[in-house]
Amino acid sequence: MSNLYKEITINGLWKQNSGVVQLLGLCPTLAVTTSAVNGLSLGFATALVMSAANGSVSPVRQFVPNEIRVPVFILVIAALVTVIDLSINAYAHELHKVLGIFIPLIVVNCIVLARVESFAAKNPTLPSMLDGFMMGSGLMLVLGLLGAIRELLGKGTVLSGLDLVFGPAAHAFMWTSVDYHGFLLAVLPPGAFLGLGSLIALRNWIELRKTASHQSAVTSTQSATSH
Amino acid sequence: MATHIIKHALKTSVAMLAFAFVGTLLLAYVFIATRPPIEASEKEARLALFKQILPEKNYDNDLLSSQVRIAPNALLGNRLPSIANVATFQHKPAGVILEAVAHDGYSGDIKLLIAIRADGSISGVRVLAHKETPGLGDYIDIAHGNWIKLFNDESLQKTPTEKWQVKKDGGQYDYMVGATITPRAVVKAVLKALQYFEMNKQTLFAPSAN
Repeated sequence: MSNLYKEITINGLWKQNSGVVQLLGLCPTLAVTTSAVNGLSLGFATALVMSAANGSVSPVRQFVPNEIRVPVFILVIAALVTVIDLSINAYAHELHKVLGIFIPLIVVNCIVLARVESFAAKNPTLPSMLDGFMMGSGLMLVLGLLGAIRELLGKGTVLSGLDLVFGPAAHAFMWTSVDYHGFLLAVLPPGAFLGLGSLIALRNWIELRKTASHQSAVTSTQSATSH
Repeated sequence: MATHIIKHALKTSVAMLAFAFVGTLLLAYVFIATRPPIEASEKEARLALFKQILPEKNYDNDLLSSQVRIAPNALLGNRLPSIANVATFQHKPAGVILEAVAHDGYSGDIKLLIAIRADGSISGVRVLAHKETPGLGDYIDIAHGNWIKLFNDESLQKTPTEKWQVKKDGGQYDYMVGATITPRAVVKAVLKALQYFEMNKQTLFAPSAN
């Protein structure tokens, strides 16, 4: 059983990462990642929505007639997104001003419906919730990393605006490079495409190296046994 | 066969209705539960913004509830009726906070909040919303620079109309090279708001005189 959970975690964070492998949910990935805090916050909201959506669809999956499963899933997702949108507006107002229009857009993020449809509709509640959370966290990592890269190149800071989430005390966590005027392109839309492209390339490179070293290890043991 | 189809259709639509009903209930509950904190934080955010441009010591009325409706006006650039907040001190007019919109920015409208004292001088200006290029035209926003403070204490009396321009056009306002369109639009919008104030101060301050 714990193997299942481990597999779900690895799938969500690395193997099937929605940001750099499945390439689902590109709209927020490209649009929101102008800073690390923006990326991480939206990623976190997505992870929350995904685990809640998976967790609420899974227990009622046998009551959902097959023909209307997509409308029902969308309804559940849209309701949850609105709940989270209202809650962020109520309890983290400053953050809501920054993320504003992107939170309602979580509804149309394909990855949410994709996980509900392909995982929660077929699996028990607990694994479904974990799957949603891990898939969302995988996206959050990509959003955060991409946001940090673009922010660092574009503005010379990392984690600026953290005080919008955690109050003025968090301002101390912001890191600023010395006297750097910023490379504007990184913050503009092209920077999002270039950054995401680089991240995908990096992930593929790591994966290729892993399989290459694995293969060479296999061939070397084979040659060793054959001799 | 036909009854089977009807039965199946009924079952499906009942299920859909049930989900829609539960979803609606949940939304209604959360909407009602989060409304007070949302309203409170919106009010607080607005008041905090007001404080930045019109210090609290200048007025003693409830600024948020002392509102005047303003019809769409070319000088203010609003295409929909907007709200002006009138500040009074000991029942005498102290100032007004106007919303102005500049349509001639580099990309999209620039929404401004302008606080004008009763004597016609500017107490402060802030950008409420803009879509100017990040890192280039966004220095009009207080989060990215102090440029907007150039307007503090300016007035039509102090600065003649022809000086209400960026330096490049022969005026007195600094700008950043490579981003002239943005400050040009803001300077023009502030000037027009002042002109609007001069023409309409009687009406603006009329209710507070009672």
